[in-house]
Amino acid sequence: MPLQPFERVVEKHGAIVWRVCRAIAGPNDADDVWSETFLAALRAYPTLRPGSDVRAWLITIAQRKAIDRYRAALRTPVPVAVLPEVTESGQAGAADGHDDELWEAVRRLPPKQRSAVAYRYLADLPYREIGELMGISEAAARRNAADGVAALRATYQAADEASCQQGSSP
Amino acid sequence: MTYPGPDPGTLIRGRLPSHRVESADEPGSDRVRELRRRLARQADRAGLLDVAYRTLDTPVGKLLLAATTRGLVRIAYPVEDHDRVLQTIAERVSPRVMRAPARLDPVAWELDEYFAGRRQVFDLPLDMQLVHGFRRTVLAHLIGIRYGTTASYAAIAVASGHPRAARAVGTACARNPLPVVVPCHRVVKSNGSLGQYVGGVDAKQRLLSLEAAA
Repeated sequence: MPLQPFERVVEKHGAIVWRVCRAIAGPNDADDVWSETFLAALRAYPTLRPGSDVRAWLITIAQRKAIDRYRAALRTPVPVAVLPEVTESGQAGAADGHDDELWEAVRRLPPKQRSAVAYRYLADLPYREIGELMGISEAAARRNAADGVAALRATYQAADEASCQQGSSP
Repeated sequence: MTYPGPDPGTLIRGRLPSHRVESADEPGSDRVRELRRRLARQADRAGLLDVAYRTLDTPVGKLLLAATTRGLVRIAYPVEDHDRVLQTIAERVSPRVMRAPARLDPVAWELDEYFAGRRQVFDLPLDMQLVHGFRRTVLAHLIGIRYGTTASYAAIAVASGHPRAARAVGTACARNPLPVVVPCHRVVKSNGSLGQYVGGVDAKQRLLSLEAAA
């Protein structure tokens, strides 16, 4: 089957790739990583072998872009404590406190668990594909996702119990 | 069940912001829509937008407009099936095809003026790469047919240097990649009847009436 117009690729996979970007790069960098991913994909698109798994290809690029960004951030320390939290059109911000906690918990997972959780629950990829993306076996991918979710659950139950003991928050 | 409580997938899907904030058909869909618009502009700046396209509502239906960096490369009527036309462009021009209205703005303005009866000549760069040989010669002659007038297939055949090729002229018109702007609707049968049209005979009639009224 010949290559489709690139617009169809963005239409079909844009949302899933964004979810993956958000999970592996974090909410502040997700948009930029998404854009870098699709620009790189557009550049290479004419040479993509027809019949390739386009979604897996895009997620591989996204993963690479997220790592690039992470390394660049390590080289350029940002005074995080000084910068105010940027909220876009009031979407994020204080009301999202509880989700920020979950988000932070995902970010604190060991890298393999974090990726496996993101690919499984945000990108809805089958474990066979997740294993290929991560360079591990299908069974190992399944274990990493399960361990990640178990860790998140433990964090959450601890947090919920703590907030119950403290009483209701304002 | 190994886990007490809700299924782990539900936990993640339900709690992460991307799944909670946007409850529309696709999570993050608003954000992704905005990112897609931004991507088209970024692609253009980076020189990666080989073909930009948009659609335009007109009295003869929703037209697909597509342009390369050289100029307008395709106009398509709904009966041609826009998805199929875009697929053909991806195969014959470049697969780097994106919806990016900005590049087509001048085309949209001139077409709007034309359909309002305020424009008789199009002043647009054209990319004729989808037409070759005799068909391209024929289209070059069509551009010479003045607004509000018609010519016969036979006359165009003569003008193109092949007097016996009236049928081939008909084929060239039927496959015109740039209808309206390259006015194949101004070519009619020698007996005065309309003949065929790539956008349907109704559309041809409509364009000729528009031009006759102006």
